[in-house]
Amino acid sequence: MWSHLRTIWLVLLHAFRKRETVLYPEVKPDIPPRWRGRIILSRDLDGGERCVACYLCAVACPVACISLQATEDEHGRRYPAFFRINFSRCIFCGYCEEACPTYAIQLTPDFEMGEYARQNLVYEKEDLLISGPGKYPGYNYYKVAGLAIGGKGKGEAEDEAPPVDVKNLLP
Amino acid sequence: MNGQGSLVIIFGVLIAALVVAGGNIWLERRLLALWQDRYGPNRVGPFGLFQVFADMIKIITKEDWIPPFADKQVFVVAPGIIVVTVLCAYAVIPFAPGIEVSGLDIGILFFLGMSSLGVYSVALGGWSSDNKYALIGGLRAIAQMLGYEVYMGLSVMGVVMIAGSFHLREIVEAQENLWFCIPQCLGLVIFIIAGIAEARRLPFDLPEAESELVAGFHTEYSAMKFGMFFLGEYLGITLISAMIVTLFFGGWMGPWLPPLIWFVLKTFFFIGFFILLRASLPRPRYDQLMAWGWKLMLPLALVNVLVTGGYLLAWG
Repeated sequence: MWSHLRTIWLVLLHAFRKRETVLYPEVKPDIPPRWRGRIILSRDLDGGERCVACYLCAVACPVACISLQATEDEHGRRYPAFFRINFSRCIFCGYCEEACPTYAIQLTPDFEMGEYARQNLVYEKEDLLISGPGKYPGYNYYKVAGLAIGGKGKGEAEDEAPPVDVKNLLP
Repeated sequence: MNGQGSLVIIFGVLIAALVVAGGNIWLERRLLALWQDRYGPNRVGPFGLFQVFADMIKIITKEDWIPPFADKQVFVVAPGIIVVTVLCAYAVIPFAPGIEVSGLDIGILFFLGMSSLGVYSVALGGWSSDNKYALIGGLRAIAQMLGYEVYMGLSVMGVVMIAGSFHLREIVEAQENLWFCIPQCLGLVIFIIAGIAEARRLPFDLPEAESELVAGFHTEYSAMKFGMFFLGEYLGITLISAMIVTLFFGGWMGPWLPPLIWFVLKTFFFIGFFILLRASLPRPRYDQLMAWGWKLMLPLALVNVLVTGGYLLAWG
């Protein structure tokens, strides 16, 4: 009986505690930078698209919400002709970000994506592309990759030696 | 009492009771939130007060579904019974001098009778649903009512003996010098506990025990039929609070403020107390509830009657 009365008293004292509720639209919640929210496509520091349209994100996606089509520009650089994410299917698991070899696809700490029409949740490439490098500023895929594209031959990438002439015995 | 004035009082009491019952939805949610470190509904209107209207619109426009296996007539009638009986019981409460619907000489008996009739609503609702959980809930409600109604009646006998009347206004007037909560403190405790059981409120909400019986007697009810059960429950809380105030806390008596204000203030204090009990106490096991009722509260109520009667015989 005594413990019941004590319980009632202690619960009554809770009236003077600090509220746990975050009054959301007025007070924004404190979200860590690695939060898995809205997906974006990032660019290199010189403005080129990072995405090389390798399809790894689309393959890794467990709900198959990413669809894209690879194509090449005049320099031999691969890029997606279209890149479409259906956010009404997306479960924000982050597998696409983990699969991406070029840091192109990234998840951001933004979750305020409510829409009235379902079709509005389908984001096209121009909705996904941002102007900067996102979470990885010092990385440029074509500057470290050994692949030859227009304006950069074999062996001209950063930290890369010129190719070995296999038909020559000289050191 | 002249005809026109009493009509105004009748409708005033009816409307006030229903408004307070609706407001209790908001009050309960806000107070529960207060004691759980939350805010509760605070978006719709000032302090979230219009939440009441939102809840009403929601519950009225929901699909009102009668299960094909239910006993249709009884199923439809059952939710109405509790609202009608509880509203009837408001007739005998003296809210302030001159503000009462019916100055019945057997006011307490009428109140006890009406609040007992309310259990038919729960029992019939549980029976006609043709659902085992609903039936068990209904059975529990009957057993609980039988157990707790007995000593609810006995606990007010001390008050009746001191005041020498069953008339609620005379009981209030008998508390001119001393509120009955002091000489009848044991009776007060017993009446409060029986009152919670009578209103089927936590911690005595065994008939609807969500964790074991889905939703107990109203498992199959939806929309406004379900709403009627809840209207009945909130009306019941208000009624029990008003009765506690009338019988033990001097009704409308109090300094400075007008009598009606005092009555409302005291009533809301006890409504808040009921909600505090809901926020703090866990639900007992069913056999604990029955043992508590028959083996502890009933003897205590009898002792209270005995001691009060003996005192009045010797020195009264």
